[in-house]
Amino acid sequence: MQWIQQNLPYFLAGISVGGQYALIAIGYTMVYGILRLINFAHGDIFMCAGLMLVYLSASLPFYVSIPLVLLLTVLLGFTVERVAYKPLRKAPRMSVMISAIGVSYLLQNVALYVTGGLSKQYPAIPWLSDTVTVFGALTKRVTIITPFLTIILIVLLVLLINHTNVGMAMRAVSKDFETSLLMGIKIDNVISVTFIIGSFLAGVGSLLFFSNYTGVTPTVGAMPGLKAFVAAVFGGIGSVPGAVIGAFIIGICENIIKAMGWTTFSDAFTFALLILILIFRPTGLFGEKVTDKV
Amino acid sequence: MLKITDLKVAYGGIQALRGISLEVPDGKIVTLIGANGAGKSTTLRTISGLVKAASGTVEFNGQDITGKPSNQVLEAGIAQIPEGRRVFPNLSVLENLKVGAYLRKDADGIAKDIEWVYQLFPRLKERYWQLAGTLSGGEQQMLAVARGLMSRPKMMMLDEPSLGLAPLVVQDIFKIIGEINKQGVTILLVEQNANMALKIADYAYVLETGTITREGTGLELLNDESIKEAYLGKTKAAK
Ligand SMILES: Nc1ncnc2c1ncn2[C@@H]1O[C@H](COP(=O)(O)OP(=O)(O)OP(=O)(O)O)[C@@H](O)[C@H]1O
Ligand SMILES: [Mg+2]
Repeated sequence: MQWIQQNLPYFLAGISVGGQYALIAIGYTMVYGILRLINFAHGDIFMCAGLMLVYLSASLPFYVSIPLVLLLTVLLGFTVERVAYKPLRKAPRMSVMISAIGVSYLLQNVALYVTGGLSKQYPAIPWLSDTVTVFGALTKRVTIITPFLTIILIVLLVLLINHTNVGMAMRAVSKDFETSLLMGIKIDNVISVTFIIGSFLAGVGSLLFFSNYTGVTPTVGAMPGLKAFVAAVFGGIGSVPGAVIGAFIIGICENIIKAMGWTTFSDAFTFALLILILIFRPTGLFGEKVTDKV
Repeated sequence: MLKITDLKVAYGGIQALRGISLEVPDGKIVTLIGANGAGKSTTLRTISGLVKAASGTVEFNGQDITGKPSNQVLEAGIAQIPEGRRVFPNLSVLENLKVGAYLRKDADGIAKDIEWVYQLFPRLKERYWQLAGTLSGGEQQMLAVARGLMSRPKMMMLDEPSLGLAPLVVQDIFKIIGEINKQGVTILLVEQNANMALKIADYAYVLETGTITREGTGLELLNDESIKEAYLGKTKAAK
């Protein structure tokens, strides 16, 4: 019983942070699936969502500021794609990657300017940030909520991808741009939908993540962004279920390592994992063979 | 009727089409034959709006569709079955058909047309749940044709449907093309298999390095000595 009491918080934290990584990882994996682009700006969109709530909640009640943050995050993701990636649709993939890195630094520097470089205190969202007791272990309610909310959102997403027309179009476009055009699919719209979904989930992820790790700085998106990216690679980049499973595994493993008293090494573990995957199974758990797109 | 006038297309500096003109009258089968790299696919891709023309016009039923985006060309009633079939391997047979009807809003009509193409291709009905990537080459070609029909086109353009298929399967495909044509769909058929194409076609054009060098009824070209030599694999010595 004492063992459980000691270790349960780590396990819960693992599932919870895994869920948060999952919500971010989906944005990476879906964009990669459709554009073969690693959207380096995704972690920064997540950071911006965090900052937006800091500022908006200062003057607006949460029932207004939270939906507004989600809306603005979606708008930001949509705009980034239209302004920085869409004009490069026919350019070599490397150009788009470089553009993504540019957007990443742009967002970080705008955030630096806005915050003055100070860490901003994330507001305590009532109910979500309340402390609860689970089997005698103290934790925030958000820790308990996260995995469930994550699973619900992912089930909805998988239903959308597999059973709606827009989902079918996404799968078609991810395989073959030209033939999709011949079917009358408006590729740019489908790509926008992908960015909208990814940004929305990153926005939800930011609410959950920052409720736990209360400081928002301009570079705070980098670490969870990178880990979500590792999760996406681990699961097989392009695969939504793969990214989710990869994210939960990474979240749980990191916290097991913390429970063993090796907190300093938990980040190193994730990146060591990345190297091992790339060496031994570059396509990840559920990834398809890498084929270059025509 | 499709009417192409003095169409020129270049990729970078390379002239792929050097000013071609051709007509496809309603209800007919017209074929465009030519060797590798002649510009056959480029012609179809330009009509479909995948490639921009440098100059010249494409008209369909009196409407200027030059340079229109692919979805508008499809809405005007022209479907293309691309070279190499290009079915979506990660979608089921049924989903491939549904993607073919992507622009349509009439759910009832779509359901009816799925039954219609199942009648034309019973194999597809047996395998409707299967991922298209796991179909055989012949089945994929049938699916590609069926998918093209799902937009209910007035005109269908097929790019080398016989490519890489066994002779018996090729015959099946050509039989179906004839049948589709009898049901009122105009056909523009691009082929390297000149023999089969000329037999089925009402009218034919020969394309050589971006220029139309011959035209005539299918029968005329079929019996033409120079065509025989160049495209029907019959050299004078062999005769
Ligand atoms: N995307 C492209 N970029 C540059 N050149 C191209 C491109 N597509 C085609 N070409 C060139 O244009 C010319 C015509 O090509 P096209 O594909 O239309 O020929 P085709 O008649 O369809 O040949 P095949 O029977 O081999 O399919 C060729 O010289 C080809 O190399
Ligand atoms: Mg071709």
